[in-house]
Amino acid sequence: MKLSGYVRPDGSVGFRNHVVILSSVGCANDVSQKLAHMYPNTLLLTHRQGCGQLGEDKEQAARTLAGLGKNPNIAAVLVIGMGCESITAEYLAEEISKTKKSVEYLTVLEEGGLMAALPKGARFLDQMISEASQMTRVSCGLDALTLGVKCGLTDTTSGIASNPAIGIVADMVIESGGTVVFGETPEVIGAEHILAKRATTPGVEQDLYRVVKECEERVKASGMDIRGANPAPGNIAGGITTIEEKSLGAIKKGGGKKLQGVLGYGEIPKGKGLYFMDGPGRTPEALTGLSGAGAQIIIFPTGGGSPAGSLISPVIKVTGNPRTAQRLKDHIDIDVSRIIKGESTLEEAGESVFQELLNVASGKATKSERLSYGMISIWNIGPHM
Amino acid sequence: MKKAIVIDVKDNVATLLADVDANDEVQVMVGDKTTETKVQEGIQFGHKFAMKKISKGQNVVKYGEVIGQATQDIVEGQHVHVHNVESLRGRGDLA
Repeated sequence: MKLSGYVRPDGSVGFRNHVVILSSVGCANDVSQKLAHMYPNTLLLTHRQGCGQLGEDKEQAARTLAGLGKNPNIAAVLVIGMGCESITAEYLAEEISKTKKSVEYLTVLEEGGLMAALPKGARFLDQMISEASQMTRVSCGLDALTLGVKCGLTDTTSGIASNPAIGIVADMVIESGGTVVFGETPEVIGAEHILAKRATTPGVEQDLYRVVKECEERVKASGMDIRGANPAPGNIAGGITTIEEKSLGAIKKGGGKKLQGVLGYGEIPKGKGLYFMDGPGRTPEALTGLSGAGAQIIIFPTGGGSPAGSLISPVIKVTGNPRTAQRLKDHIDIDVSRIIKGESTLEEAGESVFQELLNVASGKATKSERLSYGMISIWNIGPHM
Repeated sequence: MKKAIVIDVKDNVATLLADVDANDEVQVMVGDKTTETKVQEGIQFGHKFAMKKISKGQNVVKYGEVIGQATQDIVEGQHVHVHNVESLRGRGDLA
């Protein structure tokens, strides 16, 4: 199966060709925004992290920000720092430049303030846009793909139709030598025993049980019932009664291949095949984590019809709910609701999603890309100081 | 006739593929077979009803797995949802 993409200096393949302005810290967002306003052909990546974070949280934010910059869909990155933050622009630029793509950084304080930082940033961007504009797509195979899979606004059609249809696509990608990353740890609670049976090693099995236990322990430490947060009110309205029911449907989206490893949030897999990424189910954080893990494309089953997108990785949204397919056409890329009506098999539905994956990889804009819908939101587990 | 689906033969609930009114007869698909059940009340598309009596404290089973526990007796054809089922996991309120 042939696709076309932009081959990066490290051999990875991008299916989009973004020039990115990346804030290393939330305080630099204003500067990044001003530059993006001057250069509307760039992709602006702002967030609220980068400082005042402790231990694991800081590591996780740094890893995710570097991972976003490394994503093969990005041709070049300008990192904007303030110069006083804990996740520095210099560190991110150094990490991202391990991919050998074009990377520059500047910090507002070192440049002598905002007015001095803007023209310097502008010169970098001018050069990067020129270089990126001359890159062309070449033919490549599915082995170049890291597919992210995440479900959102789940209802009971997700576990019956869209998730299993996407699971078939995940299996096809892996059979073609590619990589699939799925996650959402709360949405494994109650189904971990099924997934754990597919672990390639006892270590992977233990890792899976560990992240699920840690997740459930955080809920218990809060003193709260998980219901209302997950399943969320939209899930409950869609017929999902408990987290166990949601999880048993949710794990189907990852397909049926062996589980090669459990990744930290925003961590890039080291091999091919199926990986589970630890992290929350909430859509903006989950999508950001998948883009940070290197997913060039994300497939997103949604019963209720979420408009979700990721700025870096095109998101293909698939619904198994016939009403959603009718009512929310602007959100839905692929309608597999014929499964529910008994008019289509899961295999036929999987084939239609797979075909759309090939189209999107080769350049077709998804619904959320057409709307420029999406945000960077990094999972935060501890306090901000 | 309005339809519902049972995902695994071990399940004691079915998922509705249409909105139903009280006393509607529903055609339920269980694998390759179909059976008929009368629902006791109006229930929305995508929601579940009991395929047999589920006593208070008994497990509710879907996908052949336990999805929670009945908090009251549920009769065949009755809506099965958050009002009569509780989750057994992630219960910080019980910790």
